[in-house]
Amino acid sequence: MKTRRDFIKISAAGAGVAALGLSTLHWNGVKAQENTQHPVSDEEMTPYPTYCEVCFWQCAGWTYVDKKGSIKKIIGNKEDPHCNGRLCPRGTGGIGMYYDEDRLKTPLIREYKENGEAYFRKASWDEALDYTAKKLQAVADEHGPECIALFNHGSAGKHFGTFLNALGSPNIAAPSFAQCRGPRETAWIATFGEAVGSPEPTDIRDTDCLVLIGSHLGENMHNGQVQEMAQVIDRGATIITVDPRLSTVAAKSKYWLPIKPATDLALLLAWIHVAIYEDIYNKEYVEKYTFGFDELKEHVKNMTPEWAYGITTIKPDIIRKTVREMANAAPSVIIHPGRHVTWYGDDTQRIRAVAILNALFGSWGNRGGFYLKESFHLPKPHIPPYPKPTKTWRDAYPGQFKLASLALSSGICDATIPTEDRACSFKAWIVSGTNLPLTLPDIKNTKKAMDNLDFMVVIDTMPMEVTGYADVILPECTYLERYDLIRTLPHREPNIALRMPAVKPKYDSKPAYWIAKQLANKMGLGAYFPFDDITDLLDWQLKQVGSSLEEMQRIGVKKFDRENGGLYFQKGEDIEFNTPTGKIELFSNDIAAEGFDPMPVYTPHPEPEQGFYRLIYGRAPMHTFSRTANNHNLWDLKKENSVWINPKVAKLWNLKKDQLIWLKNQDGVVSSFPIKVRITERIRWDSVYMVHGFGHTDKKLSRAYGNGANDSELITKVMVDPIMGGTGMRGNFVTFLTEKPAKEVEA
Amino acid sequence: MRYAMAIDTKKCVGCSDCVVACQTENNVPHGYCRDWIVENVVGSYPNVEIELRSERCNHCDNSPCVRCCPTGASHIVEGGIVKVTHSECIGCGACIQSCPYDARYSHPDGYVDKCTFCDHRLALGQDPACVEVCPTSCLYFGDLEDPNSEVAKALKNRNWKVLAPEAGTKPQLYFLT
Amino acid sequence: MKEELFVSGRNIPYIDPYLNIWHWEIPVYLFLGGLAAGIMFFAGYFTIMRKEKEMQATVKYAPFLVPVALVLGLIALFLDLKHQLYFWRLYTTIRLESPMSWGAWTLMLITPLSMVWVASYTREVFSRWDWKFKILYQLEELIIKNRKSLAWAMMFLAVILGVYTGILLSAFNARPLWNTSILGPLFLVSGLSTGLATIIWMSKSKYERKVLSRLDLMLIGVELFLIIHLFMGFLAASEVQIEAAQLFLGGEFTVVFWVFVIILGLIFPAIMEILELRGFHIPIWIPSLLILIGGFVFRYVMVEAGQITRYLY
Ligand SMILES: Nc1nc2c(c(=O)[nH]1)N[C@H]1C(S)=C(S)[C@@H](COP(=O)(O)OP(=O)(O)OC[C@H]3O[C@@H](n4cnc5c(=O)[nH]c(N)nc54)[C@H](O)[C@@H]3O)O[C@H]1N2
Ligand SMILES: Nc1nc2c(c(=O)[nH]1)N[C@H]1C(S)=C(S)[C@@H](COP(=O)(O)OP(=O)(O)OC[C@H]3O[C@@H](n4cnc5c(=O)[nH]c(N)nc54)[C@H](O)[C@@H]3O)O[C@H]1N2
Ligand code: SF4
Ligand code: SF4
Ligand code: SF4
Ligand code: SF4
Ligand code: SF4
Ligand SMILES: [Mo]
Repeated sequence: MKTRRDFIKISAAGAGVAALGLSTLHWNGVKAQENTQHPVSDEEMTPYPTYCEVCFWQCAGWTYVDKKGSIKKIIGNKEDPHCNGRLCPRGTGGIGMYYDEDRLKTPLIREYKENGEAYFRKASWDEALDYTAKKLQAVADEHGPECIALFNHGSAGKHFGTFLNALGSPNIAAPSFAQCRGPRETAWIATFGEAVGSPEPTDIRDTDCLVLIGSHLGENMHNGQVQEMAQVIDRGATIITVDPRLSTVAAKSKYWLPIKPATDLALLLAWIHVAIYEDIYNKEYVEKYTFGFDELKEHVKNMTPEWAYGITTIKPDIIRKTVREMANAAPSVIIHPGRHVTWYGDDTQRIRAVAILNALFGSWGNRGGFYLKESFHLPKPHIPPYPKPTKTWRDAYPGQFKLASLALSSGICDATIPTEDRACSFKAWIVSGTNLPLTLPDIKNTKKAMDNLDFMVVIDTMPMEVTGYADVILPECTYLERYDLIRTLPHREPNIALRMPAVKPKYDSKPAYWIAKQLANKMGLGAYFPFDDITDLLDWQLKQVGSSLEEMQRIGVKKFDRENGGLYFQKGEDIEFNTPTGKIELFSNDIAAEGFDPMPVYTPHPEPEQGFYRLIYGRAPMHTFSRTANNHNLWDLKKENSVWINPKVAKLWNLKKDQLIWLKNQDGVVSSFPIKVRITERIRWDSVYMVHGFGHTDKKLSRAYGNGANDSELITKVMVDPIMGGTGMRGNFVTFLTEKPAKEVEA
Repeated sequence: MRYAMAIDTKKCVGCSDCVVACQTENNVPHGYCRDWIVENVVGSYPNVEIELRSERCNHCDNSPCVRCCPTGASHIVEGGIVKVTHSECIGCGACIQSCPYDARYSHPDGYVDKCTFCDHRLALGQDPACVEVCPTSCLYFGDLEDPNSEVAKALKNRNWKVLAPEAGTKPQLYFLT
Repeated sequence: MKEELFVSGRNIPYIDPYLNIWHWEIPVYLFLGGLAAGIMFFAGYFTIMRKEKEMQATVKYAPFLVPVALVLGLIALFLDLKHQLYFWRLYTTIRLESPMSWGAWTLMLITPLSMVWVASYTREVFSRWDWKFKILYQLEELIIKNRKSLAWAMMFLAVILGVYTGILLSAFNARPLWNTSILGPLFLVSGLSTGLATIIWMSKSKYERKVLSRLDLMLIGVELFLIIHLFMGFLAASEVQIEAAQLFLGGEFTVVFWVFVIILGLIFPAIMEILELRGFHIPIWIPSLLILIGGFVFRYVMVEAGQITRYLY
């Protein structure tokens, strides 16, 4: 047992007993009026429909407003298949984004004092938009509109996407591709002819065996998946988790495979080997739907569990047992494709192996595997055709990344730094809803790119790090204060959801639609935003499909019947997959055509030197990346991240629980802030773990500033996936500093 | 009638949604909470186990907090719910000392506050806010005396434990193990 | 390795990381209550034993401190309340199961009683005092006549008050350190001892000091005996109570407890009192002051340490 008071204080009180007279008595702040807070009953509030913007699962819910017009709470919409009436902690705590007193309050324009010091000056919307329009026009005139890029993540990006296309640039990138699920989509397209997409059509609800490779559901709080995973636990079905760390779900799994990081591909190949050579794969499915089985069989011939054991540290009998579990459950088995999969640079190939394993068990298109998703299509307003761009971001990477199905944010960032052989580099950025310095690996590189810009405008809700580099900051109102486009994400049943404001925007903030339209007007592109107000657009769209804005304001979510048949393939159904062979390609012709291995090959990755540990990172259930670190409701739950260290390692370094240490990576970069030590058996001894999104450096974030460390700044080694350009970020190694280094590495 | 809650420690992921939901539902000030999550890790790598518990007032059958209250502010209402009448509470802290679960706190406005099992929601036929929000549906609530209630069914089918039974308070939160 | 943490980041003022809702006010209140009970008890006792003449400090002078101590104690209690405007709620109900409640009521009764007692001696002590009204003189007469009955009432209430100061803590089963029936008698004895120490300090009569010192020695003996039993009880009990005892047996409170409470607060004064009884000249205020300090530190430490001990986490 520990005590929070030390001896000195107590003995002082003892010795001071005589002195402890009336002089130390003080009046204990008597409260003048009865001030007790009673909860407000739902009957006394008005709910307004919305869908959540705290992450990209976009759960639909209701914002409850009391009689005084204050937002009290946000509750899930029971009709919504994304959340089934239950938001995740971040969605419930989304209220904190609205109430955050650190929010961006007015448009700001960068100015310089006489001594050269930069500062932000408050500006009116008109002035800020005029200035932005003028600057963008200047770049477009001088370098061509293609030299303007949009970085976006979230709802606002759609409106600015329209704007940028109208301007004549196709360069629209989100970090959710090259820093997130890009390799997965490329691998899936190569194998099944279509992307996995969001939300993932994993039929977890009905599965008999769920295999998670890294995917830390339960910490990764993507709502529907977590809910369905809980059902799996309830039903007692098998969960197999492969993770160097005892993730929350690993602790709930029948099998936890504490794999040596960076070696998953060997495990996957061994699983494929056993499935084929023990003859326990789904023969009917493989014969009917796949291409390249014989090549695959030959390819994995020597990739035995014994071979994989030496690489992965997972025992051969466990490898066999687990794959037999999958085979027993097949086709009701899900080898989860993961979501954030940009790990080691060979990620497309790793996810290819995942896709192949799913194909061998026939889970794609089968109950308990992957369902056939369907989304609802809303008509688009008629707008003039977009001008035809003469070049795209791809021109910066001739012959490379052809299989990237979306633009690479990191690619555009890199191509902003001029090189001799590049025809044009990017000159202006529009950044909406993505905090690039924390989102892209290698902060120094990102800063260098921003240094090279002629102009940068940031549309955000918070004074996040990225705003500090802007020439103009435009404050968007939060999702609780605005309309946005109708959500049309796919699911088992096609459905739509409305987001409408529950209250007026706080401060002088505006919705993105309005901002984009004003900007378009000022640049003579008003025709691309044919409706004056977004409500007119929504009502027009909804009426086309037999609903109306009024109806959606009442119900929030509307479901429709499926049009493309059942949730799964019919028995014996003929399917044409969108691949070169029309089959599920175990052997990928597309990948072969680009000159890469048509079937995944394991290659070893560098390992930490003596005294260094692999830096792995992930999510905390109550935070989304860096965006929620300052949210008061969620900050209450978790104020900072800690670095997870195995007790053996802690002992070696003589580290104590909650001790503050600095992390230094293989390139000598030291974390700007110290981080608390968590000594835990939940992690291997060759790795350390931290949650991404902390260590904010912007002092305007009054709660988040300086709390914890930022993994992004320690990720200076980026292993780019040669197939699609994803940024592998887990090849970095750190060591511990118990004292702040005298010479701080320039941040 | 005897309200009780069962918490499935095998399903709980420790996301703390129940904590935020309680905070917004019940106007719990920032920095305070009526429920909280405990993670208990035992074993050594790679044989490690975690128990995750969503905890709150146990609405004890034998509630020392009610007994020790000098003003009667702490009292028991229908269904065994232990409540505090804010305007009768003098803030003496006796009930806080008496609770083996540290389930009560001193509200910044002076009175003592704690979980009410959301009786204002029960009055509308709704479940408590934490129960209704939990993404893993691992909280079961209801009348223990009604064999068809969620909580009674959960207790019938599973092993369970209560916390600190040796404190003798007859707690009414049941942790399914 | 075992690891336990709040994943929801719980960090409530006064509650986390360790309970700390009671600060100096409650030990002051307990200390003054015990001291007042001690003085009243012996004032009553020696009155009943018809020793008013020999024991003037006990019966006549020291009681003047009692109302002062009780009022200060009440002020301390009031300062401890966090919802002070509702203080009066204490007196709208009697809750027999709540020591706080009957403590408050006991004080409500005993404070006026002590004032009445003091009033009956006021003119003896302050010879020029004038009650001004006739009725007051009549009242005084009435009281003086019934002093014996008053003495009984005072002794009775003093015991309740003394026990109460002990039971207030031991009623909280939730705190393993307080969860022992020895705490009640222990605080009672300690309170009596601080009362005696105060009287001894005030007394000018050798005889009176001798009588009281002997009594005090006895009380100190009992106190030490109870403390030994307290720890033996803990060490033989559940894990949480063993841990609680460890706070004093090697843990954070060890030095302050053994030095200030046991050695300086009990053993040292006891030795000095013995020496005094054997005829050595000892400045009498030294053992008295040490006993008083020891008595307060004892309560302070018990309140602080008790809050830290818990069943969970
Ligand atoms: N609460 C919350 N939920 C979120 C988000 C959020 O910000 N907050 N973000 C959402 C988004 S956009 C995404 S992309 C997803 C990301 O969520 P996931 O796709 O689940 O992310 P991963 O990177 O797979 O998960 C990190 C896990 O991988 C493990 N790991 C690290 N290295 C290795 C390795 O070499 N091999 C294996 N097998 N495991 C390894 C880590 O220990 C950790 O448990 O989360 C989504 N859900
Ligand atoms: N080191 C490291 N890097 C990573 C990851 C990692 O785990 N570690 N994860 C990667 C993954 S999977 C992803 S998907 C990306 C996510 O990358 P981002 O989406 O960039 O993540 P956030 O840090 O949440 O930044 C979101 C920004 O949007 C702003 N914002 C929030 N709401 C609104 C709104 O309504 N309107 C506008 N205009 N702005 C808003 C926030 O204030 C914040 O500045 O990061 C990737 N990068
Ligand atoms: S999963 Fe959570 S944060 Fe993401 S949209 Fe749903 S409620 Fe919001
Ligand atoms: S909401 Fe449910 S899963 Fe999340 S911490 Fe609370 S009880 Fe556990
Ligand atoms: S948990 Fe604590 S506050 Fe709740 S009834 Fe039991 S003793 Fe009282
Ligand atoms: S703090 Fe309030 S509720 Fe608790 S015992 Fe004192 S008066 Fe009763
Ligand atoms: S029952 Fe209500 S008051 Fe109690 S913890 Fe749950 S939400 Fe909070
Ligand atoms: Mo992501």
